[in-house]
Amino acid sequence: MSAPVWLILGASSAIARAVARAAAADGADVLLAGRDTADLEASAADLRTRFGRRAAALDFDALDSTGHAAMLQRARDFAGEATLNLFLAFGTMPSQAEIDADPALIDGVIAANYTGAVNVLHRAAPMFEAQKAGALVVLTSVAGDRGRLKNYVYGSTKGALGAYLQGLRARLFRSGVPVVTVKPGPVDTAMSYGLNDMPLMAQPETVAAACLKAAKKGTEIVYVPFPWWPIMTIIKLIPERIFKKLNI
Amino acid sequence: MTRWKPTTLTGWGRNRITRTAAARPERPRELDAAVADTRDVTVLARGAGRAYGDAALNDGARVVLTERLDRILSFDAASGVAVCEPGVTFADLLETFLPRGFMPPASPGTAFATVGGAVAADVHGKNHDRHGSFGDHVEWFDLLLADGSTRRITPESDAELFAATIGGMGLTGIVRAVAFRLLPRATPWVTVREKRIADLDGYLESFAQVRDSVTFSVGWIDALARGSSLGQGILETAEFHEDRAMPAPPRPRRVPVDLPSFALNRLSVRAFNELYRRRVPTAGRERQRSFSKLLYPLDALHDWNRIYGRRGFYQFQCVLPDRTARAGLRSLLETIAGTGNPSFLAVLKTLGRTGRGHLSFPMRGHTLALDFPCGGGADELLHRLEAITLEYGGRIYLAKDSLLSRAGFRAMYPELPRFEAVLQRVDPGARFMSDLARRLGLKGAA
Ligand SMILES: Cc1cc2nc3c(=O)[nH]c(=O)nc-3n(C[C@H](O)[C@H](O)[C@H](O)COP(=O)(O)OP(=O)(O)OC[C@H]3O[C@@H](n4cnc5c(N)ncnc54)[C@H](O)[C@@H]3O)c2cc1C
Ligand SMILES: NC(=O)c1ccc[n+]([C@@H]2O[C@H](COP(=O)([O-])OP(=O)(O)OC[C@H]3O[C@@H](n4cnc5c(N)ncnc54)[C@H](OP(=O)(O)O)[C@@H]3O)[C@@H](O)[C@H]2O)c1
Repeated sequence: MSAPVWLILGASSAIARAVARAAAADGADVLLAGRDTADLEASAADLRTRFGRRAAALDFDALDSTGHAAMLQRARDFAGEATLNLFLAFGTMPSQAEIDADPALIDGVIAANYTGAVNVLHRAAPMFEAQKAGALVVLTSVAGDRGRLKNYVYGSTKGALGAYLQGLRARLFRSGVPVVTVKPGPVDTAMSYGLNDMPLMAQPETVAAACLKAAKKGTEIVYVPFPWWPIMTIIKLIPERIFKKLNI
Repeated sequence: MTRWKPTTLTGWGRNRITRTAAARPERPRELDAAVADTRDVTVLARGAGRAYGDAALNDGARVVLTERLDRILSFDAASGVAVCEPGVTFADLLETFLPRGFMPPASPGTAFATVGGAVAADVHGKNHDRHGSFGDHVEWFDLLLADGSTRRITPESDAELFAATIGGMGLTGIVRAVAFRLLPRATPWVTVREKRIADLDGYLESFAQVRDSVTFSVGWIDALARGSSLGQGILETAEFHEDRAMPAPPRPRRVPVDLPSFALNRLSVRAFNELYRRRVPTAGRERQRSFSKLLYPLDALHDWNRIYGRRGFYQFQCVLPDRTARAGLRSLLETIAGTGNPSFLAVLKTLGRTGRGHLSFPMRGHTLALDFPCGGGADELLHRLEAITLEYGGRIYLAKDSLLSRAGFRAMYPELPRFEAVLQRVDPGARFMSDLARRLGLKGAA
C-alpha cells in the first residue's frame, strides 16, 4: 500500500506547517497548497529533508474558484492510488476595529473564510465520495460558536463554515469519509502574534496533533486545547439578554 | 506590514531585563519586511536566547525572532552539507541527521540553540580539539544586510565579511540561511569514560594525554575546592559506540518557580559538588550513554536558569593559551575559591585552534566556564577574573559575557580593527545593534 497523502490548503500557516510535519513524521506524503509558493517550496524541501517523504508545493488561491478543480486534479494525480486526505487551514482575521474602520474588508474575510472554503470543499466532495476513504479536517474557531462584540465578522464566517461542514459531514458519512471540524482557541501563530494577550494560548504543534488524532478517529468536532469545550459550552448557554452586555 | 510585539527579554543568565518590540517572521519575505520596517530604530536577530549576557538583547529598540524560520532546506549525504534557515535548532539537527549517521560539526551544551546563534557565536563543543568550531564548517550563508539586500557570502566572495559574521554576534546583519558540513560516522550512543581527577596538575596531564586522541572530552571542576584539592573534579571522555538504535527521547522536567536566593549558598553547592564528584568511583567507570545526554546534560531540566532565583546569574568563560594555562587556571581557581561565591559545575575543556572569525572565541588552550549568582560581590569577582584572564593572555567569550570592559575587550580580540572596518563598510548607520555592542563600544557607541 502506498503512503497516504495529505493535501494542505493554506499551507503557509504555522498550524498547517505543524500538521504537515506531524503527518510526514507519521509516514504520509504531503502537498502544500497556497499563494506564497516560494515559501511553500521551502516547507516542501524541509519535509523531504527531515522525513524523507514526497512533498511538493501547489498554487492555490481560495478566492479563485475557477482554479479549484484543476488544483484538486493535480492533487489526485500526485496521490495516484494512494488515499488522499484534506486539511483546510486558510483564513484571514482582520481585527474587528480594522473592519469597523474600513467595512470594505468584510468581503475579503467572507470570501476567504467562508466562500472560498465552501467552493473548494464542495468541489472536493465528489473525489472523496469516489475514494470512499481518507478524511477532511477543517479549521474553524471557537469564535464561530457565538458572535462576540470583539470579533463577530470573523466569528460569523467560522460559524457559517461550521454549519456547512455539518451538512458535508452527513453527505460524506454515506461514503465512509469523516469530516472533522476543529475549533481551536487562540493559537500562537502569525495571526495572533502581537495582539492582546489571549488566554490558554496553544502551540501549533498541539493543534496539529489534535487534528491528526481526530482524523484517525473520525471525531466530528474537536476543541483544542480541550478546556475550550466546557468553556464554550457555558458561553453558549448565557442568554442573549445578558451576553449582549458582556465585553468579550 | 510587520506586527511588533512589546516583549520583555533577558539573556539566559536573567541578570538584566530589557523591553523591546519583537517581530517574529514565519516566512523569508516577512523577515525582509521586518528589517525594512526599522528605518529609524536599531534591530537585532535573536535565536533561542541562550546567550547568557546581553548579546541577544537590544533594549528599547527592536528584535527579530528567528525561531519560526526553522526549515532544513537540503542535505547532501555525499558531502554532508546541510542548508538550514537560521531558527533550526541543534535538537532538530540531531533528530534529523543522527539516524543517518551525521552529527553537527560542533554543538554547544544546549540543543535549544539555533544555527543562526551558532554562526554568530562561532560555537565550540566537546570535540573542539578534533573538529574545530561551527564556523570552521560553514560553506556559505545568506546575509540580510543593513541596506535591505541579501548576499550569499563565501570565504571567496567576501573574505572579510565572512570572517566578521562568523562569531560576529549578529552585528553584520541577519543570517537567513546557512550551509554547513555535518560530520559522518556518528551514532546515537557513546561510550563515556569518567575518571576522578585529584587536582589541577592532574587535569592538565590528563587533558594532554587525551586531547589529540579522543573525540569528546570535558572536565567538571569543583570550584569550591582549595589548597591541595584545587582543581579536583571529573574528566569525561567519549567515543561513538556501534549501536545504532535510537534512544527514547528524554522526558523534560521543568523548574516551576524562581528559587529564593538563599537556596544556593556555599553549603548547598559544596554538598552538591561533593555528591557530583563521588558519583564516579575512585577507580573510574565506563558506561553507555545517549549522544544527546553527552552533549546536553542540562537540557533534561528546562528553565534550569530559574535555580538562580530572580536576581539571575553571570556566566564567566575564558580561554587561556596552553603555555599560560597552568599558572592562569591556578590563579583563577584560587581567586574563585577564595571568595567563596557558590559556583557549581565549573567546566574545563581544551580548545584546539583559532577560529575563522575576527571575534571567534576559540584559540589553542584551556577554557574554564562557571556560573555565579548575581549579588554578593559577583561583579567585583568577575572584574578580577577579567584582569587575570588578560594577564595570562586569554580572552573572554562574548556569548557568555555580561561585564567585560571595553579596554579588556580591545586587548583580548586582536582582530577587532578588521571587524570594525567591515562594520563601517556594511552597516555605517549602525542599524544592527545589541546591548553587548553598546557596552563594548562597538559601532560608535558612546
Ligand atoms: C546551557 C548552555 C550551554 C552552552 N554551552 C556552550 C558551549 O558548550 N559552547 C559554546 O560555544 N556556547 C555554549 N553556549 C552558548 C550558546 O551556544 C551561544 O550563546 C549561542 O549563540 C546560542 O544560540 P541562540 O540561538 O540561543 O542565540 P541567541 O542567544 O538568541 O543569540 C546569540 C547571538 O547570536 C546572534 N544571532 C542569533 N541568530 C542570528 C542570525 N540568524 N543572524 C545573525 N545573528 C544571529 C544574536 O544577535 C546574538 O548576538 C551555551 C549556552 C547555554 C545556555
Ligand atoms: N491563530 C489563532 O489564534 C486561530 C484560532 C482559531 C482558528 N484559527 C484558524 O486557523 C487557521 C490557520 O491560521 P493561522 O493561525 O495559522 O494563521 P495564518 O498564519 O495567518 O494562516 C492563514 C493562512 O491562510 C492563507 N490564506 C489566506 N487567504 C488565502 C487565500 N485566499 N487562498 C489561499 N490561502 C489563503 C494564508 O496564506 P497567504 O497569506 O500566503 O495567502 C495563511 O497561510 C485559520 O483558518 C484561522 O482562522 C486560528
